[in-house]
Amino acid sequence: MERTLDSTLESVDSAEELASELAGRAGFDDEDLLKIGMAVRESMVNAVVHGNRYNAHKKVRLAVSGGERRLTVKIADEGEGFDIEHLPDPLAPDNLLRSSGRGIFLIRSFMDEFQIRRLEGGGVELTLVKYQAGK
Amino acid sequence: MSVKLSTRQVGDVSVIDVTGRITLGEGSSALRDSLRELVGNNQKKILLNLGDVSYIDSSGIGELVSGFTTVTNAGGQLKLLNLSKRVKDLLQITKLYTVFDVHDDEAAAVRSFA
Repeated sequence: MERTLDSTLESVDSAEELASELAGRAGFDDEDLLKIGMAVRESMVNAVVHGNRYNAHKKVRLAVSGGERRLTVKIADEGEGFDIEHLPDPLAPDNLLRSSGRGIFLIRSFMDEFQIRRLEGGGVELTLVKYQAGK
Repeated sequence: MSVKLSTRQVGDVSVIDVTGRITLGEGSSALRDSLRELVGNNQKKILLNLGDVSYIDSSGIGELVSGFTTVTNAGGQLKLLNLSKRVKDLLQITKLYTVFDVHDDEAAAVRSFA
């Protein structure tokens, strides 16, 4: 399943609902559905807010696919990218009381695999993978 | 519905009852505005009742942290009440659970304010 979404908060909600629905149909349990939904939400916020900066001319590409007891979600923006190598650690004492910066950390916490890739031509793609229990 | 907030007084403690989702956008900004209004009105003892919060994302967590900082810097106290397992787990993962004073009983929470 692939969708091209506008850079809006409505798209964040839509993507979260869609991914949760597909994961539910694939047989993920409630705990994993919650984690998948949250990870997709955080990824979409990253794309819409930090990547595309709500730019109406920039889109977010969402792709959800399933395999052998796994779900793969790819979210790509058309922004200018960010310093993937030097993301601040939200758990560091100096960062603990920052009001932002936890999104990527939460995605890593909730998913089994997570990759960030700069796209040729601009933008960043996040790949999230979750395996069903008992894999 | 994203979020609904209502404020009541228990003695000199302002209790904000939060219902719904604290997420980026309407949810997080409503919480921010509510806390700023109380601090602006010199209300320095604030208890956030999160018992009916069904969902919180990193932006919502950010607003909790921001609110804590704002209230503390104003010489006040912000405490949390009735965390669901989901919210508690998130605060633990982000190492914020020990930053906040968390309670599961309102009367005890109210008494705990200095």
